[in-house]
Amino acid sequence: MAGPPPGLKPKHGESMPRKLLERFTATDLIMWLLGGGILALILAGSVATLSAGKYSLKHWIDFMVFGLAQGSIYALIALGYTMVYGVLRMINFAHSEVFMSGPYTAYFVAAFFHRSGLLDSHPVLSMFMVLLVSMATSTLVAYLLERIAYRPLRAAPRLVPLITAIGASFFLQYTFRGLYGSGFQAYPVVRTLERHWEILGVRILGFQVVVIIAAALMMGALYFFVQQTKMGKALRAVSEDKETAALMGINVDRMISMTFIIGGMAAGAAGVLYALMFKQVHFFMGFIPGIKAFTAAVLGGIGNIPGAMLGGIFLGFIESLGPSLFLDGLGIVAPYQLKDAIAFTMLVLVLIFRPTGILGERLAVKKA
Amino acid sequence: MRKILVASSCVLLAMGSASGLALAAKEKAKEAKKEAFKYEDPIGVVKIKPGQPIHIAYWFVVAGPDASLGTDTKRGVEIAIQDKGGKLLGHPIKLTGQDTGCNAEGGQAAATKLASDPTIVAAIGSNCSSEARPGAPILWKAGIPTVSPSNTAPYLTDPKRGPEYDGYLRTAHNDRVQGAVAAEFAIKKLGVKKAATIHDGSVYAEQLQAVFAETFKKLGGTITAQEAVAPTDTDMRPVLTKIATGKPEFIYYPIFIAAGGHITRQVKEVAGLEKVYLMGADGIFSPDFYKAAGEAAVGMFHSSPDFSAFAEGYKDFLEKHQKKYGEKPLAPFHAHAYDAAMMVFAAIEKVAKKAPDGTLYIGRKALRDALYATKNFKGITGTLSCDQYGDCADPRIAVYQTTEENVKKLVMPDKPFWKPY
Repeated sequence: MAGPPPGLKPKHGESMPRKLLERFTATDLIMWLLGGGILALILAGSVATLSAGKYSLKHWIDFMVFGLAQGSIYALIALGYTMVYGVLRMINFAHSEVFMSGPYTAYFVAAFFHRSGLLDSHPVLSMFMVLLVSMATSTLVAYLLERIAYRPLRAAPRLVPLITAIGASFFLQYTFRGLYGSGFQAYPVVRTLERHWEILGVRILGFQVVVIIAAALMMGALYFFVQQTKMGKALRAVSEDKETAALMGINVDRMISMTFIIGGMAAGAAGVLYALMFKQVHFFMGFIPGIKAFTAAVLGGIGNIPGAMLGGIFLGFIESLGPSLFLDGLGIVAPYQLKDAIAFTMLVLVLIFRPTGILGERLAVKKA
Repeated sequence: MRKILVASSCVLLAMGSASGLALAAKEKAKEAKKEAFKYEDPIGVVKIKPGQPIHIAYWFVVAGPDASLGTDTKRGVEIAIQDKGGKLLGHPIKLTGQDTGCNAEGGQAAATKLASDPTIVAAIGSNCSSEARPGAPILWKAGIPTVSPSNTAPYLTDPKRGPEYDGYLRTAHNDRVQGAVAAEFAIKKLGVKKAATIHDGSVYAEQLQAVFAETFKKLGGTITAQEAVAPTDTDMRPVLTKIATGKPEFIYYPIFIAAGGHITRQVKEVAGLEKVYLMGADGIFSPDFYKAAGEAAVGMFHSSPDFSAFAEGYKDFLEKHQKKYGEKPLAPFHAHAYDAAMMVFAAIEKVAKKAPDGTLYIGRKALRDALYATKNFKGITGTLSCDQYGDCADPRIAVYQTTEENVKKLVMPDKPFWKPY
């Protein structure tokens, strides 16, 4: 027998209306009421905000562009969480440090280019180099993480690698603190990306365009890789059933390493995009984006690649639009302080109505 | 068999009580000795044997994104100890410390750790007001008075703060002064009419922006928004877009380095805020902030203690600092920390008594009272006099403007741009 233990298999295919009624318990009722209450609040707040007319359409589009840029980064990080979960059924909590290691290391390359003037004279080339260094570092960290911390524990109970992941996360954080110091480093500004365009009165910033397009390209490439190539097929086979995949001649260990390598590459790229947007790196920078990306992965349906992308962008939108849209109308002061609360409330809301996440179910059926 | 058992237990019992008696007698002898040297204190007495150190503890934020604030104050304390020759009343001074993380949880954890160490005579800290709020009562419960060099939130020395803060004093200015100076500057010097504020939910930022808003309105201005972000937020563009809808001419964000850096960088990217004046407070008056904000910091204003109004000794202090650490101070509160340490040393000298056997006795309540009784104390930040709520500072706040030179060299401006007095 392979795959998840029988008790954890989702029960599907027996959903008849009558049976549904039988299975409906008081807990479900409370959950639905809670979900309904949150939904009602969101609707009431949105209607009140929109009817107050404080924000013009331009502002809303601004919010959406901000959300899309932030969400693309979440999505790229979420890919790492979701792929590892899909293959190993474990949450790789050290992934936020994989994300941090890349841009922090690449900072020194970027700073060197900045000092030598190459960043201004050849911005594309030097940014490409920075991206390369960041992706290489993150990939290396992710690969070593799997080899050293996770592979020896693959046969251990599920909780063991989880705790190891948390330990590895701290280890990496403080290793990088020891290497690069505990202060901030400011990423040099890429002059070419500091311009902005006004399209129909909406301001689009140079680096937002780069972030969104780069993230979309990378997600597209990854999706193509997993769905269309031979190796992607092998990866999916391992994710479905390791033993059978091994019997079919697939090198499972190699595929698992591959998963970490791809996750590390995505995280390293996300790190550079993050540094382009926020221009600050420090050893603790992975923590919050990591938690958010994990949320995005669960939101989209953990284990599902398009789900992670969708979840990330959804979360970015909610964080950017939510405080103004939902809370402003309810008369809550300083709503942006509650940005994280909104993000996690949305997670709860989605999980009440769809316990497997937005795109989770289809996958669950396939895997069951 | 049984008899033997009974008999032996009887013997044991007798022996036990005899030794108990002997102990009691010893205790009495000890007390008699004490009679000769009497030192009592309602809270407790710290006894320091000859050769043992006098233990002073700091609780500063010495790690993480706001480490510059804590390192700066820690160095102030270290220079004070150095100036004392490392000795107080013939005992060496021992300095240990805990990191506070610039948040309430960190302050609570650090204070709890310090409170569990009975050798600590007094503490110096904390840095961030959010740390002091839960931390100061924990220390005072253990009888440890604490003097903060950089807490500025009005609440901590407010008449309504409650008796659990009785052991708390500060050499930093009260933000009632700082917030008002910022508002006066905005109205009188810059001539703006509409301002927005951003805080990060910390006691310091929340109260400082409240004082600013209050004074700004009193002087005839309008506050268009009082927003808040989380200290860990990175994407400030949505909240800035929201602020832009009110069309402010001036944004006041007295927060900390990480979030402050993001706001400074992102403000100019938001439509409608390209020409807005930016102002922060002493929490981001640090070279680390220039690292976080980059060139976007050029032209922005900071309110901070007026170094040019400091007393004579400050020049000496800077020289010692340069010699000892090879760089300029990292944040605005090194001198306040020096004064806080000196104030603690003076108070200890005042209340400590030496027993005939050379043991030093320091009463905890007496030390606290001596600290509160500090009057006309000549420090390097000015002349310190503590009021009944522990406000000891001689507050002179000025406004500084950042130039390109400052950001490039990562040094703070040293000439005030504007002074209220």
